[in-house]
Amino acid sequence: MKTNEMAPVIWKALDKYSMDNFYDEMIEPGGQIRPCYEQLTDRMSGLGFEEVVGRQQAADRAFVSMGITFNVYRDGEGLEKIFPFDIIPRIIPVKEWENIERGLKQRITALNLFLQDIYGSKKIIKDGVIPLEIILSSAGYLKQCEGLKPAHHTWAHISGIDLIKHSDGLNYVLEDNLRVPSGVSYVLGNRDIMKRTFPEIFERMDVRPVTDYPLRLLEMLEYLSSREKPTVVVLTPGIYNSAYFEHSFLAQQMGVELVEGRDLIVQDDYVYMRTTQGLKRVDVIYRRVDDTFIDPKHFNPDSVLGVPGIFDVYRRGHVALANAPGTGVADDKVIYAFVPQMIKYYLDEEPILPNVPTYLCWDQKDREYVLENIGKMVVKAANQSGGYGMLIGTQSTKSEKEAFKAKIKKFPREYIAQPTMDLSRVPTIIDNDIKGRHVDLRPYVLFGKDIYVMPGGLTRVALREGSLVVNSSQGGGSKDTWVLR
Amino acid sequence: MLSRVAESICWMNRYIERAENYARFIEVDFNLAMDLPPGTIEGQWRPLVLTTGDEVLFQELYGEFTKNNVIRFLAFDKNNPNSICSCLSAARENARTVREVISSEMWLQINEMYLSIRPMISKTSHSEKFMMEFFRDIKQGSHLFSGIMNATFSRNEGWHFGNMGRFMERADKTDRILDMKYYYLLPNIDYVGTPLDLLQWSALLKSASGFEMYRQTFGKLEVANIVRFLILDKNFPRAVRHCVITGGRTGGFKTKVEKEMGKLRSELDYTDVKDIFEVGLHEYLDQFQTKMNNLGFAIAETFFTDAVV
Repeated sequence: MKTNEMAPVIWKALDKYSMDNFYDEMIEPGGQIRPCYEQLTDRMSGLGFEEVVGRQQAADRAFVSMGITFNVYRDGEGLEKIFPFDIIPRIIPVKEWENIERGLKQRITALNLFLQDIYGSKKIIKDGVIPLEIILSSAGYLKQCEGLKPAHHTWAHISGIDLIKHSDGLNYVLEDNLRVPSGVSYVLGNRDIMKRTFPEIFERMDVRPVTDYPLRLLEMLEYLSSREKPTVVVLTPGIYNSAYFEHSFLAQQMGVELVEGRDLIVQDDYVYMRTTQGLKRVDVIYRRVDDTFIDPKHFNPDSVLGVPGIFDVYRRGHVALANAPGTGVADDKVIYAFVPQMIKYYLDEEPILPNVPTYLCWDQKDREYVLENIGKMVVKAANQSGGYGMLIGTQSTKSEKEAFKAKIKKFPREYIAQPTMDLSRVPTIIDNDIKGRHVDLRPYVLFGKDIYVMPGGLTRVALREGSLVVNSSQGGGSKDTWVLR
Repeated sequence: MLSRVAESICWMNRYIERAENYARFIEVDFNLAMDLPPGTIEGQWRPLVLTTGDEVLFQELYGEFTKNNVIRFLAFDKNNPNSICSCLSAARENARTVREVISSEMWLQINEMYLSIRPMISKTSHSEKFMMEFFRDIKQGSHLFSGIMNATFSRNEGWHFGNMGRFMERADKTDRILDMKYYYLLPNIDYVGTPLDLLQWSALLKSASGFEMYRQTFGKLEVANIVRFLILDKNFPRAVRHCVITGGRTGGFKTKVEKEMGKLRSELDYTDVKDIFEVGLHEYLDQFQTKMNNLGFAIAETFFTDAVV
């Protein structure tokens, strides 16, 4: 193959490229281009590196003028930020993708059976697979949801399950993200910009499309109502929410109203929105507001983002909420550790995608192990996300470690620990050079009449050298993700 | 359509139109400065601020009506909620809350206008050449926006609310541009009808982009005809009557707004320029402002607030 011989001379920048013993998605340990990248590197090398860097800058400008942004709370100097985008895509070979897709379908099926079970007859607890106290002590468990049966018994309609690839070349599930996972708008935005940036390359590559996601999302949401032409809306906390762009984008792409809590009102056991023509009934709400903020009457009384009384309407089945309130219990990182058991219990199958080995500080033996080996582990708060509340043992100071040890001893239920995983890397343009940067992958799964897994998903990349944290709030960027047909 | 969304689309359009018209206000004085003998333009900057109705705030922030102060206040000052920069920020903020409803092209245009003015807010002075270009860009940007809206946005409720916002704002501002003449200084009463007087009138016409269209309609510059043209003309797109007709097209008279709008329109239909001078031009323009304000309240009450429930 000629491209393999060409590999070292693709661009001068790749000459000095070092893999540092990590799994590289583009380059094999021997320095050869992996088959799935051959076509791309072949075509890109025809452009020359300077041209590629120039197009990177054009792509950055396009994001600014299109206003594809997210909001950062802590940043004083301006609310909106661009999610940095790197134009070298992450490519997933089709065989690997098929395995991922099967694994995700299996996992989300088990998780939905689990949710219906624990808010219902609790067989999995009675059979001794998961202890009751773990469920009841989870921040995501809502006792108000006991006995509820959402439409089609589905709780987690939309999920964004995070995967990482270890140095052994296997994909592991890192988190399930069943509450209100964000980022799908960047997948669509990235693809759009990628097509404009490299039309000549994209044209001839057979990349599986992602653009029909909003349509599939709408179909799934409509399926939740028994009315013939249900009214679907997206509920947002408002323009100051970090993911506001996405809420607005999804509503626009689906052609439905984007509402805030103050636009909705409960009357006579139904939910209505205030329009210029008076009140209009709402049947399905894709809520991007956290569980406990949706109804100040039943949950957080201070919430101004929700709609008083909406939970009563939901309980009567007069409105559908996606995802179902109470779903967050399965997002608890302690409960995550039990997902492989759930798969065996409900489906009688072996898990296709493994979990990252997880130590539960709640368990005495595990806890002792974690406290002793904290220097080589990643400790995470069981109920936080977005890269907050975590400790990376290998990259932390002694006092940070001590602080986490104290927290673990005081609140053992609140912490889990995992061995430090070597996230795989993809070549990335950094300061007019090409460097290896760590990535993860968040494919999006829709659970409706059938299960749809978006081909590819969001590849997040940790732009800081050596960093393993890919979250946008922590200096992460993203890449277009290609599943080739 | 959601009441909140309708309101935002309406205001998004109003703010852009307002920014455009502020650029036009300032151009009146630029036009005058070109035509008047050197030195005589000083003292003519005050009317600009008086016309906008924000003189109290101006006094607080600046005090003296110098050229630099007035331009800074009207164009770049973010402490003035009606300055060009403030309007464009507000327009964008409104656009951001309705991005899912408007076309991507509309959003892109607003966002780009906003991004282009952002670096100017912090600068304290600008060259004459820069400002001429800046005001031209603002006008162009606004035209581009309304063109994009007309070319890409379905004629649904949202479009109508946006259109109404734009034309209400424009009617209000043409009214104010005319009223500027009231504040312009003439050496004494004998100067009425002299070349200096007519120079001032033609500067107003120019800043409403009406000079050429006026020429085609009436030819010679005459005060009565200029007033007739800017208020009562049915066909000139910045004339008050044209704005009321275009912005207020309604389906019937079901709501209070439609009744008020219809009343305003028929008043203009049956007004003669003689009637205006009988009341007094300044008084007539003032009364019109009040009517527009009341119409604004009626719109908010009927379509936008919780009262809809």
